[in-house]
Amino acid sequence: MSTLAQQIVNGLVLGALIGLIALGYTMLYGIVQLINFAHGEVFMVGAFGAHFVSLRLLPADTPWYTALPVMCVTAVAVSVAVAVAVERLAYRPLRGAHKLAPLITALGVSILLQEVVRVFYPGATAPLAFPRAFPDGHLVLGPVTVLWTGVLALAVAPLLAAALHLYVERSRLGRAMRATAQDPETARLMGIDPDRVILATFVLGAALAGVGAVLYGIHYTQIDTAIGFQNGIFAFTAAVLGGIGSIRGAMLGALSIGLVKSLAGQYAWGGAQYDYVWVFALLILVLMFRPQGFLGRPERVRA
Amino acid sequence: MTLVAERLFMSFGGLLALDGVSLTVPDGGVVGLIGTNGAGKSTVLKAVSGLLRPHRGEIRLRGRPIHHLPAHAVLAAGVAHCPEGRRLFAGMTVEENLRLGGHLRRDRHVAKDMARVYDLFPVLGERRTQRAGLFSGGEQQMLAIGRALMARPALLMFDEPTMGLSPIMIRRILDTIALLRNQGTTILMVEQNALAALMLADHGYVIDLGRTTMSGPGTDLLADPRVRAAYLG
Repeated sequence: MSTLAQQIVNGLVLGALIGLIALGYTMLYGIVQLINFAHGEVFMVGAFGAHFVSLRLLPADTPWYTALPVMCVTAVAVSVAVAVAVERLAYRPLRGAHKLAPLITALGVSILLQEVVRVFYPGATAPLAFPRAFPDGHLVLGPVTVLWTGVLALAVAPLLAAALHLYVERSRLGRAMRATAQDPETARLMGIDPDRVILATFVLGAALAGVGAVLYGIHYTQIDTAIGFQNGIFAFTAAVLGGIGSIRGAMLGALSIGLVKSLAGQYAWGGAQYDYVWVFALLILVLMFRPQGFLGRPERVRA
Repeated sequence: MTLVAERLFMSFGGLLALDGVSLTVPDGGVVGLIGTNGAGKSTVLKAVSGLLRPHRGEIRLRGRPIHHLPAHAVLAAGVAHCPEGRRLFAGMTVEENLRLGGHLRRDRHVAKDMARVYDLFPVLGERRTQRAGLFSGGEQQMLAIGRALMARPALLMFDEPTMGLSPIMIRRILDTIALLRNQGTTILMVEQNALAALMLADHGYVIDLGRTTMSGPGTDLLADPRVRAAYLG
């Protein structure tokens, strides 16, 4: 019983962190129908940015309540800068090209970013210890113990998803984003510049990934150049599972994936070595019976 | 002149869609484009609003060239395009659609203009929080017109505003356009219903195979035997 409860909590923490990446996937797909496979790497470079500022620029005795915000701001800045550069250099020239072109480009950008960090970041050929920028110890809830970093992730991720949802529903830019998602041509007739909306979408997604990267680092205590790819795949799966284009769906999908991964790792045949098999089994199952995902709308073919 | 288009050429995949169309819209005037399906009427409007770029020719709004501008900048310059098929944001509310119409406006009169749209079409005001997709075709057309008005355009363009509507709704929409005309709005409209278009328009152009084949005051064109034979049955 206590193992079950513990694994549920572990799964939800992982899910919350994946959710922060999934939001970027789902928003971007909703607006430009682009599956930005480099988005996982945007998350990864954010983690390395935070690692860098903490180890190289902050004094060793910086208290966590100073270090954490500085690391978050740095991670967001690095993630956003990389995302904007990728959009400008790799995706914008392909606008209007066949759908496959940006998809293949995204895969290439993903490999490029991984290799650039691996080759040029000191020590990145092996996993790096991430700075402990949050109080140690854990919260005890009956049979369950949760690291404070996990509590933080569980609090912050849904909050950011809710804030994003509100922003998209209420703000002027959010309205422009929804208009562009629904009917790009008519959105242009409203005076909406599609390039600006797309750029803003990259920026928002990257900022969330940057925050997620710091939360991920302090919780799992180490990072490597593959975290973007691994978690990016789960995040993309979460976005599809939840209904691509849906913000709430992405978070819901991510939490489900965290749960399945954690519970399957504990109980299913093959254990933690094969936990991801069950994640994709869940994806296949959901897609068979509900192809639009949990909260997605059925795809309509445009006349 | 509000709008001057000179010798527009455009082709799609080797097919000539515009073959030297020229037209002018005077300040406060209503200009109607008539012609058969595929004559190039909608293409003219799309060229003006920047959705399509003419290969050759020039378009000026109040003397300022706009043919090189992207669509969002053409709206900023003062042209609102109420597109064929209405193209509302079906998942959004009436109010959100109107706000999108006034997306670029930073002045303080947006709320006043929205109230004016609700005065013009009370049904929209009563159902302002409902999704646009739930409305009938005629009501959707009203919303599309209201949305275009929210931009406070120097030139308002309508593409087939009565298409697919019931006779009562056609009357209602045409009356609204007449009302806007009487208030001094400058209008360029494409309408398959040639009789309705020419009754409303101060000036009409007949477009055929991407060319302007005839032009003149609406009433003159209505009386012209060639127009009567070809477009009025």
